[in-house]
Amino acid sequence: MHFTTIDELQQALAAHHYIADRPLTTAIFLALKLQKPLLLEGEAGVGKTEIAKTLARMQDRHLIRLQCYEGLDVNTTIYEWNYTRQMVQIRLIEALGAADAHAALNEIFSPEFLIKRPLLQAIEESWERPPVLLIDEIDRADEEFEAFLLELLSDWQISIPEIGTIRASQPPTVVITSNRTREIHDALKRRCLFYWIDYPSLDKELQIVNAKVPGASERLSRQVVAFVHELRKLDLFKLPGVAETLDWTTALTALDARELTADLVEDTLGAILKYQDDIAQVRGQGVRSLLEKVGM
Amino acid sequence: MDEFETLVPHGNLMTHVVAFAHLLRNTGIKVSVEQTIDLVRALEHVPIMSRNDFRAAARCTLVCRREDLPVFDAAFDFYWRTQSGFDPLMLAIPVVKTPPKPLRLPRRPRGQGDGHKEPDRHEEQQEEKVGFTLTFTAAETLRTKDFGNFTYEEVQACKELLRTLEWRIEPRRTRRRRSANRPGVIDMRRLLRRNLRYGGEPIELTFREPRYRQRPLVVLCDISGSMDRYSRILLQFVHTISNGLRDVEAFVFGTRLTRITRLLRERDIDEAIAAVSKQVVDWSGGTRIGDAVRHFNYSWSRRVLGRGPVVLLISDGWDRGDPQVLAREMARLQRSCYRLIWLNPLLGNPRYQPLTQGMQAALPFIDDFLPVHNLISLEQLGAKLAMLGARRPERRQNAGGRVIAQV
Repeated sequence: MHFTTIDELQQALAAHHYIADRPLTTAIFLALKLQKPLLLEGEAGVGKTEIAKTLARMQDRHLIRLQCYEGLDVNTTIYEWNYTRQMVQIRLIEALGAADAHAALNEIFSPEFLIKRPLLQAIEESWERPPVLLIDEIDRADEEFEAFLLELLSDWQISIPEIGTIRASQPPTVVITSNRTREIHDALKRRCLFYWIDYPSLDKELQIVNAKVPGASERLSRQVVAFVHELRKLDLFKLPGVAETLDWTTALTALDARELTADLVEDTLGAILKYQDDIAQVRGQGVRSLLEKVGM
Repeated sequence: MDEFETLVPHGNLMTHVVAFAHLLRNTGIKVSVEQTIDLVRALEHVPIMSRNDFRAAARCTLVCRREDLPVFDAAFDFYWRTQSGFDPLMLAIPVVKTPPKPLRLPRRPRGQGDGHKEPDRHEEQQEEKVGFTLTFTAAETLRTKDFGNFTYEEVQACKELLRTLEWRIEPRRTRRRRSANRPGVIDMRRLLRRNLRYGGEPIELTFREPRYRQRPLVVLCDISGSMDRYSRILLQFVHTISNGLRDVEAFVFGTRLTRITRLLRERDIDEAIAAVSKQVVDWSGGTRIGDAVRHFNYSWSRRVLGRGPVVLLISDGWDRGDPQVLAREMARLQRSCYRLIWLNPLLGNPRYQPLTQGMQAALPFIDDFLPVHNLISLEQLGAKLAMLGARRPERRQNAGGRVIAQV
């Protein structure tokens, strides 16, 4: 699917339940047009990962996800040899008494014995349409991994000593997310288009809730969103993200709630606040007074 | 679309883009040539007559740090609203940050300098040594003298001694592995390669072992009034370690918290401290340690405490804030770091008892309580950091709970 205007893209995203404002849509649009990675930063739960998922779904493309953690290395991100198969093959060659043992041994380092990890998968040639590569929470990986990504992201190629260079005929769409638990190196940032996703406005969040939790009553979702916005004004250790708003709305809908009441909020606070201190603080301030502020 | 159309009068948008990138650089945002080219390429795809789309395109191509976004917005408004024709003089006007400082010779000897620079370094060092002719006894007295009683000259001399201290922090085991010859985890990739000559029979074994890395260090330094006599020299100490170790984050606090990591990158100690004192507004004011730690926990802990750092909190514990806040925030801080060390200059006095409310509230959550009043105590701290042990200390969180209840 090709988009010629930003409007078209915005509508297509909305049709797939992703509500993006115009500047964000512009950034996504440019990432597709310029074939550059898109680096998304923002608090947890504002919908960074969701963008990659939506892009893949929307364009009917494969989503390859690399969840980052400390200690990621070549073996876990690019390729690994299938040792067991290689060993068996060696025994087989011996048993059959191959005429040219040397050539036979070379054979065990052929693509057939290669286990492809996410990054290699992403630039493979066999894709009909280039996949969407999601490098999630890159701030959890260590700097060595970032340095390695630099090469991949600018040349779209990976070299494997035994096989040669593998190059993407069409570069994948790359979405990188970061929760900013540490600073990403500028060299990597400059190869990307950068977008900081903020908490959405009240209207936008309401649209998101309506799109994602269609079962919720209009009244309930409006109250939930207003309440969450009130919570975000408080001095909490972890402010609730959009993900929490959605969880909470889903939970309340499952409880057949039609509107927020103080008791209901008290019982379900754990769905939006993830630290005991925060829950204690909100209880201490009084859920009722918060509800009043929301206008209930 | 909007008034933007009239602002791009002669159609020479390229010149404007380049000039705008230049303006951004003047405000301190790092914009590379590639990024500028990206924006030009982007303009083929976005409707440039729409001001907002153009802004969004420029934003996501030219800016890659969140901190720079407000500056970008201001610069954008400045440039594209006041602008009705390109005037090179514009570029000279809005300088938000100071221009780069004149180049100075690095004073610290570098590990691996290239050959021909070597002589310069020696000359420089010799020159400095002449400047501070410290006899052995003078240096020895200085080592034991309380920082609080230092004269200006002694502060200067102490700087030299500080520079000679070597800082090392016990490394942390990472999840990465490297190849090794000692037995460890079998390295299958190398094993197969190496043993091909034996027909794939694993005769020579190859191994992998964990890699070690320096543990990060986070320093929170009190610069309030009661710390006045110590803060200058302690900042110098913080500067020394942040240049000596790889991964150091530094903050100062009085009534509020300021991050000074970037300021301390300045190699020259005096310039760095001048920059700190210019930026820190509450120098020598009151102390609210609890609030400062709380601010740190809420705004910074997730960003700088990710990799098991050692946290140094330097303060005398004179606190005008709420002790309960301090206790709660110290508990959280201790839980989120590898080791929490409180350095107190008053602890150098043998008669000192940590009886202030603040100190009492904080004590249950501290792993090490150490003095920091003279050079010897700094050397001891260095030794401590170099051998922290592979396991973190048992935390007295339960005892801590009781203390909160008492306060």
